[in-house]
Amino acid sequence: MSAIEFRHVSKTFSHGAGRRFLAVQLVRQLVGRWRQAPQDPFYALRDVSFSIEKGQSLALIGHNGAGKSTLLSLATRVAEPDIGEVVVRGRAASVLDLGAGFHPELTGHENLMLNAALVGYTREGIEQLVPSIVEFSGLTGFLDDPIRTYSSGMVMRLAFAIAVHMDPDVIIIDEMISVGDEEFQRKCLQRIREFRERGKTILLASHSIHTILEFCDHALWLDHGRVHMYGPVAEVIDAYKAPR
Amino acid sequence: MVTTPSSDPTVSHWHGQYSFALRQLVMKDFRTRYRNMSLGIFWSLLNPLIMMGVLTFVFTQVFPTTRRAFPVFVLCGLIPYNFFALAWSSGTGSLLDSSGLVKKVPVPREIIPIASVLSNCLHVFIQFGLLLIFLFIYGFPVNRYWAILPVVWGFYVLFIIGMVLATSALNIYVRDTRYVVESVNTVLFWLVPIFYGGEMIKPEFVEIYSLNPIAAIVQATRNILMEGRAPAYSLLTKLCLSSMLVFAVGWTVFQRLKHRVYDYI
Repeated sequence: MSAIEFRHVSKTFSHGAGRRFLAVQLVRQLVGRWRQAPQDPFYALRDVSFSIEKGQSLALIGHNGAGKSTLLSLATRVAEPDIGEVVVRGRAASVLDLGAGFHPELTGHENLMLNAALVGYTREGIEQLVPSIVEFSGLTGFLDDPIRTYSSGMVMRLAFAIAVHMDPDVIIIDEMISVGDEEFQRKCLQRIREFRERGKTILLASHSIHTILEFCDHALWLDHGRVHMYGPVAEVIDAYKAPR
Repeated sequence: MVTTPSSDPTVSHWHGQYSFALRQLVMKDFRTRYRNMSLGIFWSLLNPLIMMGVLTFVFTQVFPTTRRAFPVFVLCGLIPYNFFALAWSSGTGSLLDSSGLVKKVPVPREIIPIASVLSNCLHVFIQFGLLLIFLFIYGFPVNRYWAILPVVWGFYVLFIIGMVLATSALNIYVRDTRYVVESVNTVLFWLVPIFYGGEMIKPEFVEIYSLNPIAAIVQATRNILMEGRAPAYSLLTKLCLSSMLVFAVGWTVFQRLKHRVYDYI
C-alpha cells in the first residue's frame, strides 16, 4: 500500500489577479466550481504522478521554481490540486511548518503548546511529551522566557523538537534543516535516520546531493512543473548531475 | 464537526483536536494583547467606561432625556455593539493575518476566524462584570429571566461567527473587505439602539430592527436586566432564526472559498 500517491496532479496559480478576474473566480467558487482552472493559468505542477510505498523515502530534486515547494504543500495538504488526486495515508508531519504560529511575546512553553495544538497533537499526547521535547531542544531553564529573548537557533531547536516528536507515519521535509549548531544538526539527522529505520515514509526536498543519497532510495526530478525523471535515487542523481 | 466536503475524503489530514487548537489560539490572542501593557485587562473596561461617560454626559446634559439609570441603559447597548464591531473587524482580518499558519499547517481553516471571535468573548465576560456592578449600584434586582441571557448570547455569538466566516474568507480574495466592514461598523453605531431605546423606533421600522440580531440582543438584554421581564417571544424567535441563518450562510461561503485560500493569501 502506498503511503503517498499523486495521480495526474496539476496545480495552477493565476498570473496577475486583475479585479475582473477575481470577481469571476469568486463567483465560480461560490457556486462550487473552484476546481475549474482560472484563465491564463501558470502551471506550478502539470500532470504529476508518482507513489511512494510505506517505508520508502523519496527525494525531490529540481532547480528553483521547478515546483518542489508546491508539491510539498500539496502533500502537506495546505494547498489543494486543481486536477488529479493526492492521497496521503496515515499521520503526516511536515518540517515545513517549523514554528508555525510562534509568537514572540509568548513564553517557550506557551509557544510549544500552541504550535503542538496547531500541527495536530492532542492535548494528552503533548502533555506526556513535553519533558522529552524540552530535553531534545536543550532549552531546559528557558521555557518560561518569552521567545523574543531566544536566539534564532534556540527558536528553531524548539520548533524542530516539536516536529520530530510527533511520531508520524509520513514525514515531509523541505530543504535540509540547517538549524542550530553542528551538534544539534547531528541530532536532527540522527532522528531522521531513526525514522527511516522504523519504517516511516519520508518525502524530502533538498539541493544537497549528499543528504539525498544518504536518506533516500528514490528520487523525483521536477522540471518546470513536470516530472522529468523518476526512479532509483542513484540513477536520477547521475542524470541530474550530468552536464546537459 | 464536518471539516471537509464528503465528496473529497482525501482533504482532511489533520489529526489534532478542534477544542485544543481553539483553546490555544484564544489564549494566544488574549495573552499577546495584554502581556506588555501596564494596565493589562483594564483596557477591556476602559473603552466602555469612557463611551458610557461621554454618552451619559451628552444625553443628560446636552440633549436631556428623562430616562432613568442612563449609564446602565447605554452599557446594555454598548457591550453587545462593541463586541460585534471588534469581533467582526478583527475576525475579518484573522485569516489574512495568520497567513504564515495557513500556508504551512493543515489546521482546519475555520478554526482561525472562530478562535478570533471567541477570544473577544473573554472581553465580553469582563465587560459584563462591569455591567453587573452598575446594575447593583443603581439597584436593579436579580430576576429569574437572567437564565435566558446565556441562551440569547449564545445565538448572538453564533451570528457573529457566521459573519466573520464569510468576511474573513472574502477578505482573502478582495482585500477591501476589511475596510467595508469598518465602515459598516461606523454606520451600525447609529442604527443599533445604543443611546436610544427600541420603543422610540417608528412602527414602520420595527420589523427591520427586529431582524438585526445586534438590535435584538440589545433589546433582549435591556428587557431582562433593566425591566425585569422576558423579551417578547417574537423578538427571541427572530434573533435565533436570523443568527442560525447567518451562521449557515457564513459557513457555506467559507467552505466554498477555502479551497483556494492558499493560492491567494
